[in-house]
Amino acid sequence: MGYTENELAKDLENQEYKFGFVTDIESDKAPNGLNEDIIRFISAKKNEPEWLLDHRLKAFATWKTMTEPSWAHVHYTKPNMQEICFYSAPKQTKKYESWDDVDPEMKETMKKLGISMEEQKRLTGVAVDFVMDSVSVATSFKSKLNELGIIFCSFSEAVQEHPELVRKHMGTVVPTSDNYYAALNSAVFTDGSFCYIPKGVRCPMELSTYFRINEGGTGQFERTLVVADEGSYVSYLEGCTAPQRDENQLHAAVVELIALENAEIKYSTVQNWYPGNKEGIGGIFNFVTKRGICERNAKISWTQVETGSAVTWKYPSCILKGDNSVGEFYSVAVTNNYQQADTGTKMIHLGKNTKSTIISKGISAGKSQNSYRGLVQIHKNATNARNFSQCDSLLMSDECGAHTFPYIECKNSSAKIEHEATTSKIGEDQIFYCQQRGIHIEKAISLIVNGYCKEVLNQLPMEFAVEAQKLLEISLEGSVG
Amino acid sequence: MIKISNLHASINGKEILKGLNLEVKAGEIHAIMGPNGAGKSTLASVLAGREEYEITEGSVDFDGQDLLELSTEDRAREGLFLAFQYPIEIPGVSNINFLRTSLNEIRDYKGEEQISAKDFLAKVKEKSALVELDSKLASRSVNEGFSGGEKKRNEIFQMAMLEPKLAILDETDSGLDIDALRIVANGVNKLKSDKNATIVITHYQRLLDYIIPDFVHVLYDGRIVKSGTKELALELEEKGYDWIKAEVEAH
Repeated sequence: MGYTENELAKDLENQEYKFGFVTDIESDKAPNGLNEDIIRFISAKKNEPEWLLDHRLKAFATWKTMTEPSWAHVHYTKPNMQEICFYSAPKQTKKYESWDDVDPEMKETMKKLGISMEEQKRLTGVAVDFVMDSVSVATSFKSKLNELGIIFCSFSEAVQEHPELVRKHMGTVVPTSDNYYAALNSAVFTDGSFCYIPKGVRCPMELSTYFRINEGGTGQFERTLVVADEGSYVSYLEGCTAPQRDENQLHAAVVELIALENAEIKYSTVQNWYPGNKEGIGGIFNFVTKRGICERNAKISWTQVETGSAVTWKYPSCILKGDNSVGEFYSVAVTNNYQQADTGTKMIHLGKNTKSTIISKGISAGKSQNSYRGLVQIHKNATNARNFSQCDSLLMSDECGAHTFPYIECKNSSAKIEHEATTSKIGEDQIFYCQQRGIHIEKAISLIVNGYCKEVLNQLPMEFAVEAQKLLEISLEGSVG
Repeated sequence: MIKISNLHASINGKEILKGLNLEVKAGEIHAIMGPNGAGKSTLASVLAGREEYEITEGSVDFDGQDLLELSTEDRAREGLFLAFQYPIEIPGVSNINFLRTSLNEIRDYKGEEQISAKDFLAKVKEKSALVELDSKLASRSVNEGFSGGEKKRNEIFQMAMLEPKLAILDETDSGLDIDALRIVANGVNKLKSDKNATIVITHYQRLLDYIIPDFVHVLYDGRIVKSGTKELALELEEKGYDWIKAEVEAH
């Protein structure tokens, strides 16, 4: 009749990954390995202009001089770049005239992901750009956005249709030499999303991209660039899943956000890459560089719910360049079994009266390791800068770890910086209290965890919040009798 | 309603309940009194199904079912309610959401439909008035930032919402001022019917001025050593527990 903590722990370990299916679609792959020829191959495949090939080759040259960082609190076997396939595209690369032309198997994949386009189409207010492996296969709502002058398309398409915008902004927030994985991405990125909101336009719907790694042995190197012109607003959603495989797959994305004067960008991610099995075999290495820059009075808000990946290395950051600009970071990171996450944010205060808020909620279960790593940097000229950070850790088992690495660098004495941190174990008293009110233990845990993450979940747009709650449930609950 | 026979329970190898017998019938209010460490709260915890306690002997019949075979949540769903001595805080979970989840889990167990939002809110309004609970508390996180009195009133509010067959009030009077005590007692009295029963665990006679028990039992050293009517409570108030101890030891 009882349900001990050990049994709970066991149930958590036995939790299966629910998105582990492989779609059998013929794909167009480059030979494994990385060299200049592969980069030329990718660039040619994508029919890119010369400047972009040069950009890639320069990044590749820089990357070759760099070594993989090892400061993060994670342990893994470094991926062998010569065994990775850097380009994989579903075979039929022609764009679809209408939704009916889309390969039924691909539609099935989307359905399994729970984002069937059929449904999405009816759902007003959500435009989806779906990236499977390296090519964006379907983009909806384009015409509606066109009327407002909003550009929302795959990165490859943007390179063809709006080269001037891409060339102007790409690499301005995350330079090719930024870090090992950013340099790699700059050399071999295959696709991603591009979004431009013109001056003064408020994007009337949530823009959404769904990433998925389908092909075995491939890496996904997507590139996202969001430019919000003066006085504009956009809310951007990104979701990720990957099929279940024994090998580790590499995901090294770069996301750049540019918020010009008085603009606001809200960027939400629900990440559910395959975390590996309960013995820690397989799973995605998620090494992502995400950064945004705020001009005067601009605001960038990152919200992330991270439940997947074997190893996560990710620090969505804000450069608060303009006066009165605002940066926010809301994060829930869940790790279970042998998952490792080292995630957090950097808030770089350059302008006067800049303000940043960091709310991080880590949940560790099984034998996982969950670290928050954050930097708050106040520069000399950033008069009256303010930061508030709150980093909470919730432990679900006796074998997991929670770590907090907050760094603060302050060069202006008028700054106000607050940091709060708590670590707690999920309360047996809380669970008992719920059970005494007739609530099943699984539901009790989900209730308590959702309550714990509420400040972050509240930041997500409605449809996404529901999905995030479900994911938390899936990630943490066992299938009790 | 409930029949406890020769109940033995221990925690970390230490026996706390040592052959406890108690029968409570529908429509009755029983008070359990006793000195510190007698096993009053243990009894409440064991009946509710707290894991740490090991039942070594005895049986508990709850409305024809073997209570000890039921999981904690099923005991609650069958109509056993414990008003906690120290109500637990659950940050980020609103009282309303908590109660609705609870109510629906119980309804689901009984094969009933989920309560509609309209009916639920009407019920919240009606029952919160019963314990004069500020409606603002309903939307706040469960017990978080509540005063001691508010927490206790919230327990009775939950009891009113869930309409249990058997309610066990574990030291519900502790930490209450006289006004709060009256409100809480008033709530309990209004909920009384010939179909439900209440066990009131208390240190002091004071609560029994407001909740009039049909029977008063003295729990001492893990056993019920004396039973009587409400006059027994008055006698205890006047004379303390020493004479009971002496009586027990004389046997």
